[in-house]
Amino acid sequence: MDEKHLEDHFNEKIDQDVRIEPKDWMPDHYRKTLIRQISQHAHSEIVGMLPEANWISRAPTLRRKAAALAKVQDEAGHGLYLYSACETLGVDRDTLLDQLHTGKAKYSSIFNYPTLTWADMGAIGWLVDGAAIMNQVPLCRASYGPYARAMIRVCKEESFHQRQGFEIMLTLCKGSDEQQKMAQDALNRWWWPALMMFGPTDADSPHTEQSMRWGIKRFTNDELRQKFVDVSKPQADLLGIKIPDPDLKWNEARGHYDFGEINWDEFYNVIKGNGPCNKQRIDARTKAWEEGAWVREAASAYAEKKTKQQAA
Amino acid sequence: MNNWPLWEIFVRSKAGLNHKHVGSLHASDAEMAIQNARDVYTRRNEGVSIWVVESKHITASDPDDSDPLYEPAKDKVYRHPTFYDLPDEVKHM
Repeated sequence: MDEKHLEDHFNEKIDQDVRIEPKDWMPDHYRKTLIRQISQHAHSEIVGMLPEANWISRAPTLRRKAAALAKVQDEAGHGLYLYSACETLGVDRDTLLDQLHTGKAKYSSIFNYPTLTWADMGAIGWLVDGAAIMNQVPLCRASYGPYARAMIRVCKEESFHQRQGFEIMLTLCKGSDEQQKMAQDALNRWWWPALMMFGPTDADSPHTEQSMRWGIKRFTNDELRQKFVDVSKPQADLLGIKIPDPDLKWNEARGHYDFGEINWDEFYNVIKGNGPCNKQRIDARTKAWEEGAWVREAASAYAEKKTKQQAA
Repeated sequence: MNNWPLWEIFVRSKAGLNHKHVGSLHASDAEMAIQNARDVYTRRNEGVSIWVVESKHITASDPDDSDPLYEPAKDKVYRHPTFYDLPDEVKHM
């Protein structure tokens, strides 16, 4: 079949919501876009473990510690599901990791902010995982089969992440003055970076149209961001803390909350590598990779030895 | 990964059900593949048994052959019980 015919057939499947599977023909650009999108997502899961790791040994109770451990372990798992999905597109794991370590591949800029207090664990679960879920749920219907299947697993597991975060916030907000202040301070620091997680405005997001045509994006950045603001405001009211945005108010005519302008200079600056923790995060990943080299080599040597013994 | 091979993971969710493909992972040998599969794919009681198969040992049908392979079954409605007209009085059939 010629290229034109193959592409028509591919588009037909997309239009009919038939999933594309690894061995099916797909346009080169679709493959490349997916590799970029899925690997960025995988890297975000892996780097996302770092801001929380620091708090596992500092969790205030055993219950919180067990939850933090389970959450971080889930994130490792989510990274692995996504790396595997990405590999079905013909790129190997080492290449993906190398792209992360050399800064060629991006990850969510939210993980370049520091976690200063225990309340940050609450705010991250509530807002960062909340925003991630809002992004991810529509991707359970992504046109690429392995990606959609990975997202279904991720979404099923992620729900507890957000709930445990909200519970941490709720406990702090019902606590002493000092604890309430801690919760408010965490909200102040995480609110705007959480809104940035949805990416540039639709006007500045040139790939959105193509990605929506391909069914690897189901809603635009601005649509998802609005939805996130709409659900988060009543949640903040319930906690009794204030979202740090003087322009946030209900717009009866739109049926949505209006909200203030995002500091896009900050957004692009963090993406470029100048956030508070960019260097620290990549250094930690590279160090883990390099210092783990002997373990990977030893396991390979052991496997090789066993194969030889079996052959003999 | 120093060329650790890729393994396909199959999990039996409970006794009496078949093993089902759940995803893949890298491991240096079969034993490690099972250990990793347990951590990656059964953190919430998803399974009671795991199979691991090195991906290179799987032979898959070619998607381009789907028409000749699966088309012939489509016009054979007589393979289904509802194809046969029986009076309502016939019971237990």
